[in-house]
Parts: sequence; C-alpha cells; structure tokens
Amino acid sequence: MARTAGGIDPARRRFLESAARGVAGAAAAGSLLALQAREAQARLPEALRPPGALADERAFLSACVRCGLCVRDCPYKTLTLAALGDRKAAAGTPYFTARDIPCEMCEDIPCVKACPTGALEHSLVDINKAKMGVAVLVDTENCLNWLGLRCDVCYRVCPVIDKAITLEIERNERTGKHARFVPTVHADACTGCGKCEKSCVLPEAAIKVLPLHLARGASAEHYRKGWVEKEKNQGPVVPGVEGLPQRLPEAKP
Amino acid sequence: MSDAAPVRTPNLKARLPVAQRARQLKGFWSTNRWLILRRLSQAGVLALFLAGPLFGVWIVKGTLASSMTLNVLPLTDPFLLLQSLVARHWPEGLAIIGAAIVFAFYALVSGRAYCAWVCPINPVTDAAHWLHARLGLGKGWQPKPNTRYFVMGAVLAVSALTGTIAFELINPITAAYRAILFGGAWAFGLVAAVFLFDLFVSRRGWCSHLCPVGACYGLIGSKSLVRVVAPRREACDDCLDCYAVCPEPHVITPALRGAGKGVAPVILGRDCTACGRCIDVCSEDVFRFSHRFDKREERVAPSAEAIRLSAPQGEPDLRGTT
Repeated sequence: MARTAGGIDPARRRFLESAARGVAGAAAAGSLLALQAREAQARLPEALRPPGALADERAFLSACVRCGLCVRDCPYKTLTLAALGDRKAAAGTPYFTARDIPCEMCEDIPCVKACPTGALEHSLVDINKAKMGVAVLVDTENCLNWLGLRCDVCYRVCPVIDKAITLEIERNERTGKHARFVPTVHADACTGCGKCEKSCVLPEAAIKVLPLHLARGASAEHYRKGWVEKEKNQGPVVPGVEGLPQRLPEAKP
Repeated sequence: MSDAAPVRTPNLKARLPVAQRARQLKGFWSTNRWLILRRLSQAGVLALFLAGPLFGVWIVKGTLASSMTLNVLPLTDPFLLLQSLVARHWPEGLAIIGAAIVFAFYALVSGRAYCAWVCPINPVTDAAHWLHARLGLGKGWQPKPNTRYFVMGAVLAVSALTGTIAFELINPITAAYRAILFGGAWAFGLVAAVFLFDLFVSRRGWCSHLCPVGACYGLIGSKSLVRVVAPRREACDDCLDCYAVCPEPHVITPALRGAGKGVAPVILGRDCTACGRCIDVCSEDVFRFSHRFDKREERVAPSAEAIRLSAPQGEPDLRGTT
C-alpha cells in the first residue's frame, strides 16, 4: 500500500508536488529573465533608433519583434540589427550610429513602412517630423566656427538647413574686429538624422546627435514667457501696467 | 513451442541498433525518407531567407520572428506577438495579419511541424541526441513534458511585468536566424549552450521539455489535421525503435498500444512534432502520415520475420524475473 504522509492522498500529493516544482522553477527562471529584460532596456546614447521609433524605450521593446525588416529596407545601409552581446542596444533591435552612417531622410521612409508591428510608428509620413534625436554642439572649445573660423560644414550638410541649424553672427571678442558664425541647433526642426555629426571635420565630432532625453531640458508647465503672451494678447497681459517702476539709484527723488 | 510466441515482449530485435532491421528490410531511402525531407525543409527555409543577403535575390526578408515574402506575404510568429500584446503594445495590421496566417496554417496542418520542419534548433538538438546515444549517456534531468507550459507562462508573465518581449532576450531560434542573416557570433554561443544542455544535462531537454515556442505551436495545433497514424499496429513487434527515435515518445503509446482500450490508431497528442521518424524506422511499416479522422485499421498477422526475431532463440528470457 502507498504510504500516506500527513493523511494526504498520494496521487494528490504527487500532483501538488509536481505543480509546486513547476511553479517554483518557472518563477526562478522567470526572475532571471526579468532581470535580464530590465537590463536590456539600457541603450548607449550613440545608438539612435530609426525614424518613427516609439520614443519610450520600454514601449519600443514591447513592440519591436526584432525581425530586421527595417534594416533590410534601408537603402543606405544606415541601420544595424544589434547582435547578441552588442552592448549598444538590446539584441536584435535596429539602431544607427550617426558618425558611421547617418540617416539620409528618405521621403518615402521605407524603414517605417517595412515595420510590421508599429515599433516604428506608421503615423510618421513626413520625414522632416522625425525625432531620432537632437544635434547638440557639445564641444564649443574645439568647434572651428566657435574659434572664429568659417568651417560651416555642419550647417551646409543639414537637410533642414536654416531651420534646424542656423549660423548666428556674434562679435569675436578674441580679435575684437571679426565675427563668429555660431552653429545653432533649433531642436523643434532637428530630426536627429546625424549628417552634421557625420561630416564634422574634427577627428572627434564637436556636434553630436543625442537622444532627446539627454539633449533637451524641459520648461516647467506653468512658465509663461512675457513676450510671447504679449504677442498673443496683442498688448500687455495685465492692462495698465506699461513698465516697472524705475529703481536705479539716480532715479531716487 | 509454437508459432504463437507472444509478440509484446522484450525481444531480440530490440537489442539491435535502432533502425537496423528497417534498413535491411526497406532500404536506405525508406528508412530515412522523412528525416531527409525534414532536413531539406529546414535548409530550404533558411535558403529562402539567405538568398537575399547572399545573392541579392530577395524572396523572403526578415527573420523567423517576422518576415515578408515576395513583398506580398507577411508572416509573424504568434508567440512573439502574444508577448508583445501582454507587454501592452497593440501592433500594426501587418503583424496581426502575419500572425493570423501563421496561426491558421499550423492550426490546420500540424502545430509542432514548425519544430520538426522549420526551426533551426531542431538539427542542433537532434545532433545532441545522436551524440548522446552514441556516447551512451544517462537521461540526466528529465522534467515532465508539461514543464514547457510553465516556461511559457513564466515568459508571458515576465513580458507583462517588464513590458518587453521577454523571450527574445534568450530565444535561440531567432537569435540563430539573426546571426546567420545579419551577423553576430555570440548567438552561436547560445545555440552551443542548447546543444550542451541536451547532451550532458538533460536528454531531449530543450525542444521536448522546455521550449515555450514549441509549447505555443503545440497549443495552436491541438486540433490540427495532419497526423501520424498507426493502421498496422497489429504488426508491431515491440522492437521499440519508434520510441527510441521519437522526441516526444509519450504521444506514441495511446495510438500504438490503445487497441485494447478502444483508442483509435491516431497519434493525437499535441506534442507530436510530425517529424515522421517513427514511420522511417519501423521495419513493419506500422505508421504513416494521414489525417486525424483516419481511424482505419488493417488486419495483419505478424510477419514471419518478426516472429523469428521475437522468439527467445536461446537468449535468456527476462520475463517474470522482476
């Protein structure tokens, strides 16, 4: 006769044991996998996602099935599929490195069209609205234009020239008699294609495309710019207040 | 001592190397037909994918995760899409259509035919099993066949909790395909790990006990049509060769041994991979491919050959010595 431990029917006992083993084993293996999944959400800043990629990395990793169809349809071989063990981005996900091959901003955006899951959002139809990142002139000490020379390469190659990058004329304080043409990025127009970073003539680019969260600050929600409000209002926001009282010492009575 | 020697006993033939009798009686092709066709199918699928990157002939783009054939036929792995859904992403129509086509195909034809006829890990674990048998290693860790559903549940739970497609972090199937089609050597480490696991840790461990992708295809094909049937089960001489080659031997028993219990000679277990290896190695041609409603049974007397080999012939009879 089968022994009954603790009065439990042996068949029931076997079932409970095997169920417990299954659940515990699955939980243990699942925890390891979950830790891996958490770690895999990290991405190096130089790994830029294709146009239309869901901005939140977690959202992107919930959508991208890592099939490589976007990579295949990129006519300029810009996109790379991260290999297993590639530390730049989660294994199997697409990315590009601006300094190697930047995005050529195809008008028909074939990579987005190829994406079966919507990890690259199909609502992106105008490539000029892409936000792969934002160019930032990170090294003003080495940028030739900042030094007072006329390099201008990043400005010239910009596909959204005069909107995403402008040259702002400033007085060259070093010589006292020349101008500096300062490359200035306007984040609202910059697509993050990386052509500026690719073509920077320095051995290490002075202008780099960074992911949005690194490149940009954020204005507080309640901030209002007086001059914008005045423009909107077609006059002073608070009627009757034309200027602030004069507080200079010599103005004292 | 008559010719009515009981057939269902351990017999001489069971001590011969697996499939040796079949090869002597049926020849090389009939003993290896489905195995060869299966390898051709696995290689053919890979070749369709490889023609693009190697020769610029783009028949199929993408990987086994999701692909586009001749710019018209989208295919997406249903288990991947399921993970994506529980990770709270609602996919574009293309992926849904692709997964629906794959789902419909395997639900109709044979769920785990994916494992036997498409998956690139199958030749790897088959090789591990072959070497395992050659080296005469022990079974090792043998979890229950339903362990795969616990693994599948765990993968879906992790996908939901972390909001990512969790299994893609370690999935050797898509990793192998990506490595072959897009490069990257580390993935082969993953494949080697599966090989070593199957060889030394757990016989038939990965594909037959743990893989959640196979589990998912098994569930999809629970009611699929194409089945291995055993219409000549009366001719079975208990050589056990089919059990030796079957990756999921528990599916054979009801069909092969169920005559007394009134069970039809159809392998209905959802774990059956429709590999057809049992058809190959059976010297008595007990099995063949048919459909799930094919309950026909042939009346056959055991062949003289089978009776001769089944007889004790001076070998010690082990029956009743327990």
